[in-house]
Amino acid sequence: MPRLPSSRLPLLLISIVVLTYGVVYPTVELVLSSLQQDGRWTLSHYTSVLSQSIVLESIFASVGISLLSVVGSALIGIPLAFLFERFSFPGQRVFAALAAMPLVLPPLVGTVAFILLCGESGILARLMQSAFNLQTAPWSLQGWTALLLFHTYTMYPFFYILTGAGLRRIDAGLAEAARVLGANRAQVMYRVVLPQLTPSLLAAGLLTFMTSMASFSAPLLFGGSVRVLTLEIFTARQRGDTTLAVTETVILGVISLGALLLFQRYEGTRKFAAAAMKGAPRTQRRITRGRARTVAVILSVAFSIILFLPIATLLLVSFARDGQWTTQTFPPTYTLANFTKVLTDPYASEAFTNSLLMSSVAAVAAFVWSFCVATLVTGKGSRAWKRLLSLLVLVPWALPGTVVAISIAEAYGKPSLFLGSFVLVGTFWILPVIYFLRFMPLVVRAVQSNMEQLDPVLEQAAASLGARWWRRLTRITLPLVWPGAVAGTLLAFVIAMGEYVASVLVFVPANRPVSIAIASELRNFNLGAAAAYGVVLIAIIGISMLVADKLERWHS
Amino acid sequence: MDPLLGHRNPWKEPIGCAETVMPPLLSLNNLSKRFGQTSAVVDVSLDVERGEFFGLLGPSGCGKTTTLRMIAGLEEPDTGTISYEGRNFTGVAPERRGFGMVFQNYALFPHLNVFENVAFGLKARHKTRTETAERVAAALDLVQLPGYAGRRIDELSGGQQQRVAIARAIAIEPALLLFDEPLSNLDVGLREETRGELRELVTRLGLTAVYVTHDQEEAFALCDRIAVMVGGHLRQTGKPRELYEQPSQLSVARFLGRNNLIKAVRLSSRNATVAEFKTLEGEHTLRLRAPEHLAPLNQPCYLAIRPEHVEIRKGPVSGENCFPAELREINFAGATSTVRVDAKGLALEALVLRPNGLDVGDSCLVQLPIEHLSLLQNE
Repeated sequence: MPRLPSSRLPLLLISIVVLTYGVVYPTVELVLSSLQQDGRWTLSHYTSVLSQSIVLESIFASVGISLLSVVGSALIGIPLAFLFERFSFPGQRVFAALAAMPLVLPPLVGTVAFILLCGESGILARLMQSAFNLQTAPWSLQGWTALLLFHTYTMYPFFYILTGAGLRRIDAGLAEAARVLGANRAQVMYRVVLPQLTPSLLAAGLLTFMTSMASFSAPLLFGGSVRVLTLEIFTARQRGDTTLAVTETVILGVISLGALLLFQRYEGTRKFAAAAMKGAPRTQRRITRGRARTVAVILSVAFSIILFLPIATLLLVSFARDGQWTTQTFPPTYTLANFTKVLTDPYASEAFTNSLLMSSVAAVAAFVWSFCVATLVTGKGSRAWKRLLSLLVLVPWALPGTVVAISIAEAYGKPSLFLGSFVLVGTFWILPVIYFLRFMPLVVRAVQSNMEQLDPVLEQAAASLGARWWRRLTRITLPLVWPGAVAGTLLAFVIAMGEYVASVLVFVPANRPVSIAIASELRNFNLGAAAAYGVVLIAIIGISMLVADKLERWHS
Repeated sequence: MDPLLGHRNPWKEPIGCAETVMPPLLSLNNLSKRFGQTSAVVDVSLDVERGEFFGLLGPSGCGKTTTLRMIAGLEEPDTGTISYEGRNFTGVAPERRGFGMVFQNYALFPHLNVFENVAFGLKARHKTRTETAERVAAALDLVQLPGYAGRRIDELSGGQQQRVAIARAIAIEPALLLFDEPLSNLDVGLREETRGELRELVTRLGLTAVYVTHDQEEAFALCDRIAVMVGGHLRQTGKPRELYEQPSQLSVARFLGRNNLIKAVRLSSRNATVAEFKTLEGEHTLRLRAPEHLAPLNQPCYLAIRPEHVEIRKGPVSGENCFPAELREINFAGATSTVRVDAKGLALEALVLRPNGLDVGDSCLVQLPIEHLSLLQNE
């Protein structure tokens, strides 16, 4: 193994400390405590947990809903990507961006918006009721159908974005070659285009599956009688049954990691180097006229509007006076009171301050940390170590938020070998730590992929001109990696702002985030106030994205 | 006849001399194509005969690739028609034309191995498994890649990928092969080697080829006939030697090799076989054999002569088109030297084997042999 340059040594130390404290110890501690009872090793927790029919049912429900969510998201996302990639029409960019929006919508806010629009007392149901003079609500937003509908709505962007990117990568020359060789349009689609899309489709499928396995707010609010694993863990912990919660957490973690490993194994066999192609790839010319294009325009515009409806509903209800909206189709009276409350009430503003502070801390830490990891992973060194490092970084992302929160709570909920008498659980810092752990893989990924594209000759040239590592980092690497790093960091910040799954398990009054405030308004049936929280949160996210856009250009 | 299946098998029975007058295999009639505001191809007509290796030569952006793509059916012409074996092929889908095509970047399917790539067109024709295997093996043999069937595309070198692309195109046994700058991604040595093999292969199989390139040396070496395209227009069609020695148009003379372009006006000719011109620079009188299209009197036009045809010597003025000049520059390039002279403001370039004892600054004589001087049509 080539010797590590001395400047790398501190980076290596930091990485080892962070990963040991944040990933290795909590995970090991979680698994160990699921295998112990009164200081003895035993599998009894698993045998007893797995013999309960309710647990088996929840495993079945989690996996089943996740698989169906993959199918549903694919059915929406893939055709939509084709519509936006293959056709050209006015306003296309706006609609294309709109179609990706559910991706940054916090799951809890999305759930609230969905209930307000499609719930049994939502606007759609009330419209139907008044139109057809029904006595009762025409449907109830409960159970499998409701969950699937919501998952499809929030998760199809994985398929939409990745399929679009995959389509842009395919050389249009390949389709032409196939045509000349005698393949008709349909044959070109299933023999040339789809096989080349498989890596993108698999990645999208995996993302959807894992997000759906980790889904919590939707099952909580309209799962009805459907019990999923995340919900089971939450209720077990609320009941104080730590052993059950821990054991179920390990099961959930194993399923998620298993899906990831299965995917990686398959991905290896399906990778074909685009480098096999020489010369500039031809880009597919978009279709700008014809009947197919007219249909495409109508479909994509209609779809974008449907997508926007839940958010429009949220906006509408945020102006509704709480307690006045009873049987009418639309809220009868409108007021600014909800916003006044959300923006001035100390209870509310405290939640916003907490969330902003904790998300910023986590995002900035993740930004610095990502350079640390990316430098190590893209630099010299043995392969095995680099792979281990990448894998450990990925673990908190692959595990559902519930699992991460429980493992941290288990490991640092009592005096431990690692922190001495300091107990992290119950302090303000537990949430920033969890946010950092959960979302830093996003930033690492962004920075790492940008660094891998950097030509190492650039740094060597800078070194030959006499630049030390600090100058090389700030003058060469940072400016070139900057756009990707900023995009990744802002994404981490945005997601942390709306985090609910992990927060609900370990928050304390000192660090109560926005999502908890929304949930408590919802519990008190203050729909207007909950919607107003959601709108402000979306506004913060929108502003962050604009800032990100500016920041990305700033360095270049 | 089904364009997919009905070809005479050109591998086994190469087409002999036509006893009766046959229509050209491929003919383009007044093809035009616009992309937005730019005219890519303007009113192009040409015929390709059976068994011919036909070149489309021109600088980049001249419309040659667009023309080839229209032949393949990958672009539809805005106006004009394409006919193949006397039948109208305009608007026929590319997969129904049955031509073989080799792309510039090869366009090999990265998710398929060598065998599957070559078999692609045969599968589309629903050939039996045994026939497919036989024909793939035969095609790989022809491009000298036997035993490569199981390889992945990214395991092959650039030259091997190129051969697979050719094998894939000939496996469907097309009567017409289209090449879009197929050698431009190879390095120089390999390019010349492959060039020879390619020509040999096409001749042996008795195929007809349309070959697009911007490399004149390549076109001269490969093609029986060449059409030169500049700015979307077809400027001149002919055998390589004709094009080189008698360019008829200014743009062709500019594009093909080095040329001395002399601006001149026509004087009233004394007889029908010789025309007389006066150069604008230096006011020399030049005589040349009267071409079919004479330039109008007293209008500026261009005369062209290749540097290797310009004669430089000492001694007294003798013969036609001979006048004194001063030697300005000698560039030694091994076997030959390029000599630049100035004849009262008329700058000329000559390619000579030895400068014959002349040196920079010397006075000398320049002679432009009457048979090598050509009049260009101004377009």
